[in-house]
Amino acid sequence: MLRLLSFFFNLFEPIFKLAQRWLGVSRLGWVFVGPNLLVFGLFTFLPIIINVFYAFTGGVELMPLKRPYTGGENFEILLYCSNYLDVTTCNKDVFWRAIFNTGKFALLQVGLMVVLSLMTALVLNRNIIGRGFWRGVFFYPVLLSPVVVALIWKWLLQSNGAFNAGLISLGYNPVEWLTTSDWSFFWVVFVSIWAHMGFYTLILLAGLQAIPKDLYEAANMDRASAFTTLRRITLPLLMPNLIVVLVLAAIRAVQVFDEVFVLTGGGPGSATTFIVQFIYQTGFAEQIHLYGLAAAASLALATFLVILTLAQLRLSRANELGSKKA
Amino acid sequence: MSVANFLLRTRGRHRLHWTDVVTYVYLVLGLVVMFAPVSWLVMSSFKSESAISQFPPTFLPYSQQTVTVPGFDKPLPLFEVLNTEDQSAPPVVMAQARRIGIMAAMVDPKQPEVQVKVNVDDRVPVNELDFAWSNYIDLFDKFTFSTYLFNSVFITVVATLITLLLNSMAAFALSKYRFKGQRAVFLLIIATLMVPPTIILVPVFLVINEVGLLNNLWGVILPAVATPTGVFLLRQYMLTIPDELIEAARMDHASEWRIYWRVVLPLSAPALAVLAIFSVMWRWNDFLLPLIVLSTNDVFTLQLALNSFQGELNTQWHYLLAMTVITLIPVTFVFAFLQRYITTGIASAGVK
Repeated sequence: MLRLLSFFFNLFEPIFKLAQRWLGVSRLGWVFVGPNLLVFGLFTFLPIIINVFYAFTGGVELMPLKRPYTGGENFEILLYCSNYLDVTTCNKDVFWRAIFNTGKFALLQVGLMVVLSLMTALVLNRNIIGRGFWRGVFFYPVLLSPVVVALIWKWLLQSNGAFNAGLISLGYNPVEWLTTSDWSFFWVVFVSIWAHMGFYTLILLAGLQAIPKDLYEAANMDRASAFTTLRRITLPLLMPNLIVVLVLAAIRAVQVFDEVFVLTGGGPGSATTFIVQFIYQTGFAEQIHLYGLAAAASLALATFLVILTLAQLRLSRANELGSKKA
Repeated sequence: MSVANFLLRTRGRHRLHWTDVVTYVYLVLGLVVMFAPVSWLVMSSFKSESAISQFPPTFLPYSQQTVTVPGFDKPLPLFEVLNTEDQSAPPVVMAQARRIGIMAAMVDPKQPEVQVKVNVDDRVPVNELDFAWSNYIDLFDKFTFSTYLFNSVFITVVATLITLLLNSMAAFALSKYRFKGQRAVFLLIIATLMVPPTIILVPVFLVINEVGLLNNLWGVILPAVATPTGVFLLRQYMLTIPDELIEAARMDHASEWRIYWRVVLPLSAPALAVLAIFSVMWRWNDFLLPLIVLSTNDVFTLQLALNSFQGELNTQWHYLLAMTVITLIPVTFVFAFLQRYITTGIASAGVK
């Protein structure tokens, strides 16, 4: 194994020796960072530029240069409604529904996620036996693939699955969990919280463990109630981690796709269709691949993400200033 | 009593406070919510095709016992027949010869000549625990499952190796050299953290198509080998390696490449391990990129195969569940043995 490794690394020796003689030691840095930059350039930077180009061109050609320039037409198709109060009059009502669903999903999911992961982190931070085990319990679903997560729940929620069997044995009527709009939205939110909560709990737990213990001892001496301690000590000191959790969860919620795609397929109707699924469907899944429209929609998504990132910078700066004043 | 004492003891304090009770109730509830769905899946994957469609479902995989009776070609299903006249009499175990409407002709396996007509409501099937390993074996025999498995393993292993190599080289340059434009390069790489693959889906597809890697495993491997997270993680770690070590190696006339792989790489082993685990998880679980790049059956990964299986009109749940469980195994292994590395990775870099 070790010999194989040294054989492999020795293969590159002559190239780097040559480069070292030519460029000198300090400029050799470019050679080391080069392959990485090449991949970044080809698969990240170049696509960013092409994406903007796509958004302003039409047609079905994939090659950018063969696509006719259409100005803001894609955006007009996406955004135009004859009556903005009624989504059915919109050109692309699915896009508006996807935006609306994504907003609703993000608000619900992020709110519940922060509350639940904070509760779990507080519980795990207590004097409990076997903390490592319990932490693992909540963390396990984080490692599962989105497809697997969706299949686990699809199996439980299908019309003759475990949930309906439970309902019947309790004397209730079975429910079509995944083909009723409200219920399928509920389960999409629930399942995504189930799958990702452990990750945020971990970030909050790390923050809780960094709070000095003597602060709590002092509070105890002053006979502060548990609630006061939480409000005056724990939450303010946990604020940096809470902001990270809030923003990371929001950034990821806006991009929700895989779990939902497998669990409900965006349905029933478009009840659980979100922006990324709209992009995927317009660009890749439908008969005619409308790359321009998909690119325009992804610029809309990018705008959301930029706003969220700026909000994070703003929030954490405000928090730092606030704590300095105090 | 001592067991109860052990379970209920608290650190330091002696008496159990009501908040401790709430804590443990919460934890046990969490255990059920987090693990019951997974265990239900695992148990269901061992059910035979007939047992899986049974309603109401059972947790453990049961199937009806059968018996071979002389005079009948096929094995007959066994039932416990209740005595309708005398309620106190114990039920008799009988085999069903045939069924007509709501009546069934039953035989005693020991006296196959005598047939008794029984109402189907007056009998209960005799079930036994039966793990249908055939669900798993069939996957390898009947389907191209081994291809999917190979594709997933290939992508995961190769991509992780390349990721480690490229990212550690870049991190080495960014932490141990001073060159013009270094800061700009670092900022550029960090900025890509903000560009998730979901928003450049279309042009990435174009580039992969232009370099001719559509429907090719390399088309999934290459686009994501340069991870900003990896570069960042390794650079932060390499900054803690003292420069004197590198100076000493230069004194000994070691080439820069040699310094990189003989001095810096071995010293960065902990950070490399964290990145390797993350990369394995990312690659094994990846879905969106493979979904747009790989569209023919022979290059499907496990995740894509699962997705296409579940979308079929008549989902063969017993195979699908077995396949899901196999997909779970490596992740569960990582969870069981390497959880500590992942949690420190997340706590230190806030990445996933």
